[in-house]
Amino acid sequence: MAETTQGTGGLKYDSSKRSWPNEFNIFIALVIIVAIFEVLGQVLPYMNGQSFLFDTNDRFNSIFNEARLQIIILQVAIIGIISLGVTQVIISGGIDLSSGPLVAATAMIVMSFAQTELVNGNPNPKAVFGSWAFDLPVIIPIIVGLAFGAFIGAINGMFIAFTRIPPFIATLGMFLICRGIAQWWTRGQPVSFPTESYAGLGAGMMPVVWFVMLAILCHVLLRYTVYGKHTYAIGSNEDAARMSGINVRRHKVMVYMIASMLAAFAAIILSSKNLTAQSGMGLFYELYAIAMAVIGGVSLTGGRGSIIGTVLGAMVFGVIQSGFTYIKLDAYFQIMAMGAIIIGAVVLDKWRQQRASARP
Amino acid sequence: MSDIILETRNLTKHYGGVHALQDATFTLRKGEHVAIMGDNGAGKSTFVRQITGVEQPTRGEIHFGGKQVHFAGPLDAREAGIEAVFQTLALADDLDVSDNLFLGREKTKFDWLGPFRFLDYKAMRADTIAALEKTAVKIPNIRNTIQNMSGGQRQCVAIARTATFHSKLTIMDEPTAALGVQETAQVENIIRTLKEQGEPLILISHNMRQVMDLVDRIVVFRRGRICANLRKEDTDGQDVVAYITGAKTQPEYEVAEAV
Repeated sequence: MAETTQGTGGLKYDSSKRSWPNEFNIFIALVIIVAIFEVLGQVLPYMNGQSFLFDTNDRFNSIFNEARLQIIILQVAIIGIISLGVTQVIISGGIDLSSGPLVAATAMIVMSFAQTELVNGNPNPKAVFGSWAFDLPVIIPIIVGLAFGAFIGAINGMFIAFTRIPPFIATLGMFLICRGIAQWWTRGQPVSFPTESYAGLGAGMMPVVWFVMLAILCHVLLRYTVYGKHTYAIGSNEDAARMSGINVRRHKVMVYMIASMLAAFAAIILSSKNLTAQSGMGLFYELYAIAMAVIGGVSLTGGRGSIIGTVLGAMVFGVIQSGFTYIKLDAYFQIMAMGAIIIGAVVLDKWRQQRASARP
Repeated sequence: MSDIILETRNLTKHYGGVHALQDATFTLRKGEHVAIMGDNGAGKSTFVRQITGVEQPTRGEIHFGGKQVHFAGPLDAREAGIEAVFQTLALADDLDVSDNLFLGREKTKFDWLGPFRFLDYKAMRADTIAALEKTAVKIPNIRNTIQNMSGGQRQCVAIARTATFHSKLTIMDEPTAALGVQETAQVENIIRTLKEQGEPLILISHNMRQVMDLVDRIVVFRRGRICANLRKEDTDGQDVVAYITGAKTQPEYEVAEAV
C-alpha cells in the first residue's frame, strides 16, 4: 500500500518506507542469548549436555522444553506488567522508582478486602477488618487496588508536574512512603486466605494472560492514540510540546497515574498468585521493571522506546535469569550479574544515541 | 481598512523594572512581508512573544483580522491563525515529519475516547505531503524522525507547519541564523513562495541582504521602541544601520528620552 507522490525536485515522499526497527535488534539479542546458554549447556563439563530450551529427553513429546519456557514467561509476567507502565513514564522523560513498594502496599490493602471468612471451617486467623470485609465480590478488591494505585500515581504526577522537582526525587520519596504504608497496614503481619474468586485472578498461567492483554492495550495506547503521541512528544522536547499547546502538566499526571495503576494491578495478580500479601513484597521490582524497559530499547532520556521493545526486554530479562539458574550460577552472583547487565544496557543506549546524533 | 491583518496599539511589556517593549504601534497589511530589525535586546523577540500569545502584554491592544484579541497562550494565537517559527525550533526530535506538523492539533478518530482518541495517520500524512508541496519544501521521506535531518530540513519542517493550517499570518524569528548557504537559500525560496501566494509574513532577521531581498517594509526596533518604519524602496542598508545603531530616528517616533 505504498502511496508515493512525486515531490518537487525529483524527491519522493514515500509514506510506506520506514527505517530498521530497533525492536528487531533486541529480538536478535534474545536469540543470541538463548544460543549462548544453549552452547554453555553443551560445553560446561558439569551440565552433561543438557539443552536450555529444547526438549532433549522428549519428556513432553515436543520440540521445546515447555516447563522452562513456562517458568520464564511466568517469572517475567508480573514485573512485566509494571514495566509496561514504567515504559510510558520513561518515554515521557520521567522515571518511577516507587513501583516496587507500591506493589507491597497495594497487595496488603487489597488482600484485606479479599479475605474469606472461614479457613477449613475455622475463622480466618489473619483477618484485618471485621466481618463486613469477608467474602466480598472480587470486583471490590480490584477497584480498591486500582483506586489506590491511581491515587499514588496522581500524587507522584502532581508533585512532578507542578513543583517541578525531579521525578527521581519525587518517586524516591514515594518509594519510602509506600514501603511504610505496607508495613504500617498490619504492623508487619502478612495478610492471607483470599476468596476463591480472588485467588483465581493470578492462578496458573493467568499472570501471562494479563500481561499479554495489557501489553496489547498499552501498545495501542502508545502507538495509535493522542495520549501516546503526546507522551513521546513531551519526552522528546517538553518545550516544543508546551508551545504546541499540549497540556504538559495534565498529561504527566495521567502518565504517572496509568503507571501506578498498572503496578497496582500487578500487585493484585501477585498477591492472588501467592495467596498472601507481605510488607516485604516487590523487592527490587521497580529496578527490574526499569531494567526490562531499558534492555528493550526505551531511552532513559525520554522520547524513544516501545511496548514491543519492553516485552522483548522482559523476555531477555527472563531468559538471562533462567539461564543463570540453568548453568547453576550462584544466586548471589545472579543479582550481581543482573546489575552488570542493567549498566550494560544503559551504556548501549548511550552509545546508540551518540551514533544516532552523529549522523548528519 | 479591511486589508489590515494585524495591528498593535501601544503594545508594552515590562519584566519587573525592565521595559522590554514600549508603546509599539504597528500595522501589517494583506500579503505584505515586513522585516523587524534591531540590535540584540531591542525588543524584537519580546514583540513577537506578545502577538503569538507566548506572553501577555503589560499594556496595549492587539487587533487581528479586524477584531481585538487577547491570547491566553500560544494555542489561542495559533487557532486564530498566527503561526510562528521560533528561534529555538519547536520540534520533537523523536517524532516524524507529519507528527511534528500536527503536534497538539492531531487529526483524530473516535473522539469520544477523550485523551485516548485515535490518530488519523492517513489523513495527517496526506495533508503533510500537500503542505510540503505548497511550500516547495523538499524532505526525502516524511516518516523519518526529525533527529536525522539537517538544520535546513528541520527549519523547513517548522515552516511547513505554518502552511499546513492555512494560517493567516506567519512569523519567523531568525529562521536562517543557524543555517548554511544552501539551506538559507532553500528557506528564502520558501519565503518567496509565501509571498507569491499572498501570505503575510513578519520576518525577524539580522541579515541585511536577506531583508532587502525578501520584504516590502522594514520596521526598526531600538531599546524597546519602534524607531523607524521604512519602505524598502526608500531606504538602503546603510540607512537601516543608522536607525538600528541610534544615529537616526524618524521624526514621528521621536520621544522625550530625558526624564
